[in-house]
Amino acid sequence: MDQPLRIVVAKPGLDGHDRGAKVVARALRDAGHEVIYTGLRRTSQQIVDTVRDEDARFLGLSSLSGAHAHLFPQVCEKLREAGLDDVIVFGGGIIPQEDRPALHEVGIRAVFGPGTPTAEILEFITEASGRDDAGVGQSNDWHWESSA
Amino acid sequence: MTEELQQAMEGDRRAIARMLSKIENGSISLADISLERPSIESEAWSTMAITGAPGVGKSVLVDALMTQWAGQGLRVALLAVDPSSPRTGGALLGDRVRMSSVDNPDINERVYVRSIATRSSSGSVPLIVEDMAAFLLACGWQRVLIETVGSGQAELRCAAVADRIVVVEGPARGDGIQAEKAGLLELADIVLVNKADLDGAERHAGELRESYALDGEDAPEVMLTSGLKNIGIEEAAAALLELESTGRALRARMRERLLGRHERRLVLHPSYNSVLNRLCQGTLDIEEALSALQGDSDERTS
Repeated sequence: MDQPLRIVVAKPGLDGHDRGAKVVARALRDAGHEVIYTGLRRTSQQIVDTVRDEDARFLGLSSLSGAHAHLFPQVCEKLREAGLDDVIVFGGGIIPQEDRPALHEVGIRAVFGPGTPTAEILEFITEASGRDDAGVGQSNDWHWESSA
Repeated sequence: MTEELQQAMEGDRRAIARMLSKIENGSISLADISLERPSIESEAWSTMAITGAPGVGKSVLVDALMTQWAGQGLRVALLAVDPSSPRTGGALLGDRVRMSSVDNPDINERVYVRSIATRSSSGSVPLIVEDMAAFLLACGWQRVLIETVGSGQAELRCAAVADRIVVVEGPARGDGIQAEKAGLLELADIVLVNKADLDGAERHAGELRESYALDGEDAPEVMLTSGLKNIGIEEAAAALLELESTGRALRARMRERLLGRHERRLVLHPSYNSVLNRLCQGTLDIEEALSALQGDSDERTS
């Protein structure tokens, strides 16, 4: 690949479990991408500031605390407010199937549950980066159908 | 001037970040936007390298210094370098994890942090950082700090990109003989012995001072700090802000610039990857590889 993709992996809210985020960050690193890890317990505003200052193309949000339904849409909203409409957002963690349509609706293009092979996440990254309509502020109902 | 450049110059952080990516990727150069690299060795510094071994506490210390300076009203930017994988080219950039100044709403308008991977460069800091720093200065950031990859005794590339060199040491970093060895410590404009609350910090600072005493008057000062416990930070921040060059790094600086630029020329050569592949397959030896990369690089200007 010509230029590595810059990807922020973030942990919003009061959730102290980052094993999953680290596994994903590592898989992205090993695929040749530049991963900026924020560390634990970030506010939505801190995450958006990081995406802006680091000029990231992708943002991965991880939540295992059950607060995804509140926090993920908040991050997406703030990204749009900051003019970062072309950033592609995906999520992962303990996120029940019935919660996912609402997340897709606010612009999250993939939601990965426990047991997702890391190869699938990489396939999503490749597919989404090849599209020009996958950003969080771009109106389009495309999303990735994840296996777990 | 493009709209994005205009916005960046006016302080729009998203535009600044995107312009920095373009500079880093080589899709625009400083010459394209009529900027020059600021002259190095000037009276007051604008770029400062923070270097030292992995784990001595550089990130936390830099964060504490930025908090001080931004609190005084200075606009401070940090280019934080972490290594790229030599196998895949990927990188995990984790310096932000230890940064609180970027998240502090009282000062974060005056703090900019950008994580950078070494990519194809071999040193503790890629040479392109110099151009990225020049761009930040042109956008109104008053001081640019460059945190290098954790580096050992002989990694001097940072001299090529910064006006001042701060070497961060830690406690119990070997016996007195370590302080006598040649290398990075000779280029320091100041040495901060960090983790000052731990055993061995005072002793190590003493050994360094003893060693520098033999250098005479241009020897750098040695100070004790703890970024985590906030020891000596106010004093160090004040001393660093006024830090003068010891002038010891001039020749090394020019040498590192020459070598760094030469390396960049090789790495950017159109045949670089195919030559590397052929070296791996054994269809080329090193001498042949060197001459293959010599070719059009002579005609390249930068």
